[in-house]
Amino acid sequence: MGFKDYCFRKSLWVFHFGGASCNNCDIEILDCLTPRHDLERFGILLVGSIRHADVLLVNGSINRRDKDRLLELYHQAPKPLLVVAIGACGCTGGIFAEGMTFAGPVDKIIPVDAYIPGCPPKPEAIIAGIVKLAGKK
Amino acid sequence: MAVNLFWFFIFPGLLFMAVAGSLLSWFDRKITARVQFRKGPPLLQPFYDFFKLLLVKETILPKHGSGFVFLLAPLLAVFGATMAGLFILLPLFNIETGFRGDIIVIFYLLTLPSFSYIIGSLASGNPLAAVGASREMKLIISYELTFLLMVAAVILKSGQQFNLNSIIEAQQSGTPFIGSISGVLLFIAGVFCIQAKLALVPFDMPEAEAELASGIYIEYSGPPYAMIRLAKYIMLFILPAFLVALLMNGMNPGINIVWLILKIVGIVLLLTLIRNTNPRVKIKQASRFFLVWMNLLVVVAIVLIAFGL
Repeated sequence: MGFKDYCFRKSLWVFHFGGASCNNCDIEILDCLTPRHDLERFGILLVGSIRHADVLLVNGSINRRDKDRLLELYHQAPKPLLVVAIGACGCTGGIFAEGMTFAGPVDKIIPVDAYIPGCPPKPEAIIAGIVKLAGKK
Repeated sequence: MAVNLFWFFIFPGLLFMAVAGSLLSWFDRKITARVQFRKGPPLLQPFYDFFKLLLVKETILPKHGSGFVFLLAPLLAVFGATMAGLFILLPLFNIETGFRGDIIVIFYLLTLPSFSYIIGSLASGNPLAAVGASREMKLIISYELTFLLMVAAVILKSGQQFNLNSIIEAQQSGTPFIGSISGVLLFIAGVFCIQAKLALVPFDMPEAEAELASGIYIEYSGPPYAMIRLAKYIMLFILPAFLVALLMNGMNPGINIVWLILKIVGIVLLLTLIRNTNPRVKIKQASRFFLVWMNLLVVVAIVLIAFGL
């Protein structure tokens, strides 16, 4: 692992995109930043602008309206960019997979680097996924 | 010529200030984490952030905007911060005495980063950046008068010395200015001015992460954003150093460099604690705070100085 790659893995800034979510995954993601779990010790920050993001965190089922916005965000982000799909809805579609407005799970729309399944995934599962992502080559 | 370049780029200059500012930035984040009962980032985290932005990420230019000005503004910010830091640190470390009136040059150079953020964000053509830039302008109008009055009060207190080195010498031959009532009032005003200059939390409306999505920096990515981070690190180091030079005795030669470090770290600790225990105020409240209350405080201090207190 070179110097550039090492710096990138040690400083992942996360932009959070919530699709048509039931908000359980959003709450669990915010749990990761609380004192008990504290993702900042791995250098992970939640940023407000997609221009500063290194990780695009997608949760919730992606419906037809969300699809355009997700694609737009993906094209606006500076590369290299890692995409993480969180929760059953983000990974496969979950209970909404047969839905009328469902536009496909995240990996049908943009390439995904890591899947964190669960409905909702526990914060420990999210941290395990992030650590694997940071160690991935 | 060579020694000037060495001063600018290596020792009290760019490299030294960047490293010291990064460590202070880590200290700020670590204290924030400890206040919130978290563990906090590792020591080298600011370096990881900087090198990631500089070496790894790509630069995206906004479609509707002026690319040249957009890219030039962060360099201008780093230049202004480095020059101001040079004029502050050379007298502070007793390397060179500076020239007559350098305190006014420092005052102007310290506003250069804020101005270049405004220019860069307006050149990006983003509406949220424009809102952030207008807030930054109002903030500058609010705190600059207080800051200027504070510097003027220090000049008055040192017996009309317009030279940073003579101000430090006046304190070292007598007592530090903070040892008097007027000095304490000036210190309070100075700490709040630094808080607003660094755009830390009670006065962070320009970047307002919650509502403007980092406001004036919203369109920056990659190396230009790394330059902005560098300017912010440098400002976090030189503004407390300036306050130490103005009010807290500067540095006596010898072992006293430990005292200097402790004073700077203490001021940064104070800034961090203010940032962690206060909510963001509205721009109108910030203007009122500086234009009425802080100016009143400094005017009272000037009156006290006239009576020799």
